[in-house]
Amino acid sequence: MENKKDIIHKLRQNILQMEGYRPPLAGMHALIGLGPLETAFPNGIFPIAAVHEFVCSSAEQAAAGGGLVTGILSLLMQQDRICVWIGKTKPLFAPAMTVFGVAPHRVVFISLTKDEEALWVMEEALKCSGLAAVVCEVQALNFKQSQRLQLTVEQSRVTCFVLRNATAKLRSTACTARWQVKPVPSADLDGLPGLGFFRWQVDLLKVRNGKPGSWLLEWNNGRFMPVEQLVLAEERKAG
Amino acid sequence: MQKRYMAIWFRHLLTDGLALRQPELKGLPFVLAAPVKNKMIITASSAAAEQQGAFTGMAAADARAAVAGLLVINDIPGKAAKLLRLLGLWCIRYTPVVAIDLPDGLLLNLSGCAHLWVNEREYLKEIILKLRNAGFDARAAIADTPGTAWAVSRFAKAGPIVAGGTQAQALTGLPPAALRLEPDVLERLQKLGFRSVGPLLSIPASVLRRRFGNMLLLRIDQALGRKEEELVPLVPPVPYVERLPCLEPICTVVGIEIAIEKLLSALCVRLKAEGKGLRKAVLKCHRIDGRRVQAGITTNRGSYNLSHLRKLFNLQIAKIEPALGIDLFTLEALKVEDIDTVQEQLWIEAKGLADTALAELLDRVAGKVGPAAIGRYLPAEHYWPEQSVKIAASLKEEPGTAWPVQMRPIRLLAIPERIQVMALIPDNPPKTFTYKNKRHTVIKADGPERIGREWWRDSGKHRDYYAVEDSEGQRYWVFRSGPYDGDSPAWYLHGYFS
Repeated sequence: MENKKDIIHKLRQNILQMEGYRPPLAGMHALIGLGPLETAFPNGIFPIAAVHEFVCSSAEQAAAGGGLVTGILSLLMQQDRICVWIGKTKPLFAPAMTVFGVAPHRVVFISLTKDEEALWVMEEALKCSGLAAVVCEVQALNFKQSQRLQLTVEQSRVTCFVLRNATAKLRSTACTARWQVKPVPSADLDGLPGLGFFRWQVDLLKVRNGKPGSWLLEWNNGRFMPVEQLVLAEERKAG
Repeated sequence: MQKRYMAIWFRHLLTDGLALRQPELKGLPFVLAAPVKNKMIITASSAAAEQQGAFTGMAAADARAAVAGLLVINDIPGKAAKLLRLLGLWCIRYTPVVAIDLPDGLLLNLSGCAHLWVNEREYLKEIILKLRNAGFDARAAIADTPGTAWAVSRFAKAGPIVAGGTQAQALTGLPPAALRLEPDVLERLQKLGFRSVGPLLSIPASVLRRRFGNMLLLRIDQALGRKEEELVPLVPPVPYVERLPCLEPICTVVGIEIAIEKLLSALCVRLKAEGKGLRKAVLKCHRIDGRRVQAGITTNRGSYNLSHLRKLFNLQIAKIEPALGIDLFTLEALKVEDIDTVQEQLWIEAKGLADTALAELLDRVAGKVGPAAIGRYLPAEHYWPEQSVKIAASLKEEPGTAWPVQMRPIRLLAIPERIQVMALIPDNPPKTFTYKNKRHTVIKADGPERIGREWWRDSGKHRDYYAVEDSEGQRYWVFRSGPYDGDSPAWYLHGYFS
């Protein structure tokens, strides 16, 4: 019985390897800092060389998605690495990135209005393996386009985030994961008035070879904190 | 390298030019005259008029009496310079360095050009025949110095080509005027009986200086090649330029690609040898219909990387319209900068903003969608949100000040949008607000953060900003424009927090 399980596990690993996932080296379980959310991905690690698709159905969700992506960028942009952000005419308000631990001057913004141009620039940028990540805001992304991006990413091992509008019907894409981020009311800070830390409901709608799910995350003092842990900690404090 | 110069003398520059524009004047005796001291003095006369005795410098009235049916036309000052400029530009096909020699000539530096037309004799014949066919009575001479070429073109009866190093022999028999002297010096020479240049060359310099001034010595030295004479080129030469003439006109994409490849590889080899990197280049395509189309590229940092530069040019090929065909390509490097090749090797693995791959990526993007689309933000020392960031001028620029620590929304609206608000006065955050027909109930709020205008720049109302969170957890940045005094102030939504 044990033998059979081992064989199936081994076969699964082989399939993952063929699909471009590298198994973690022994003892080097590189966690990126997303907490329990990372268990949703194959092998239990956030895939770096992958296309992540964020669907946003409103301006508020787009802002929340932008915030979460910026937070992840701060984890990827270690050692002075650079990120390219491709967006609409006014992509992002740069000073806001400091809150998420990203130095805004290390992000190169490219503002484009046409989707075709944005996709071309994104593919070119993804070929540049020195970059930490490429973020792109587009209206729509079809299967063929996402396949091209996925193939490029497997070559260069650059992380790609696509923030797309979800008002149109969502078709399947070749992206590794489809995320949806919604803002959630923040918690009180020790009874003080005013806004608390940014808190989101992060839904992984689709994960290739993984387990989709839903989590509550908070950007707490420069890192992601899963809300369950926070609640537990508070209860413990209360006794 | 032995320098060689050619002087072209247009004997009837102004009248020939006029006859070209007004063909009915061709072959007629006519003169151009301008008023000098209440008298019309002839400034140029046509070949036919000169034959009949109307010379430059005569009074127009006298010339009329001498020549029957003489046409006198008003001279327009500055015409000669314009004509010479046009002729000079035409001559650029023979050599890149062409200078105007007022009032009636051109000087060409033909060092290293004549062999393209077999030899100097053929080169000279080609230019003179073309000019004569066009209707200009031109004479030319080639010598080691511009001075000798000038003298021989105007005064010599022998052959127009002066062999290298024989300036003195060529000048000996010529009149002193061949040395380009001032009229008063010429007059003095005349009075002292100098009929030719030869005797002047054997007189010691100190004696000549005492009697005729420094100018005469300078002119002699220049003519003999003892002193360098610099020409002022009509078109400043581009130091890095490659030319590719084609036997057959090119009109396909593949052909243009091959041309770019050839030109670039020659240029890159040269740049690399000299430790330079290309910043700005332009490809000029001369079409067989006489028009010229061009495409340019710019790079973020100096590069002599052939494959990168070729990619940049290949993005521009669509802008080149070959029409019937292109018979000459020139690639000019308008801007180059020094690059330390040793350092290039060291930093080839450099990450971050020093990464060459990033610079090359941005070059390609700029070539495709225009450089205006690319921006990197730096903090500006302004509190007013719209002015708090500025675009970095280059990839190397670092922030001059620290980034502000205040909470700012991740999405800022370019223009704040009006919202309807219910709020307690004087400075409470909104209780509810309506934006795009949707009502939001505010649960939590931070603020106010007052941001005033810079009074020395613009006058207007200050803003009181609030960060608010509605019942669904969505976070906004809203502000009240101005204080409550009398009427209710306007509220605006200015951004979204994550």
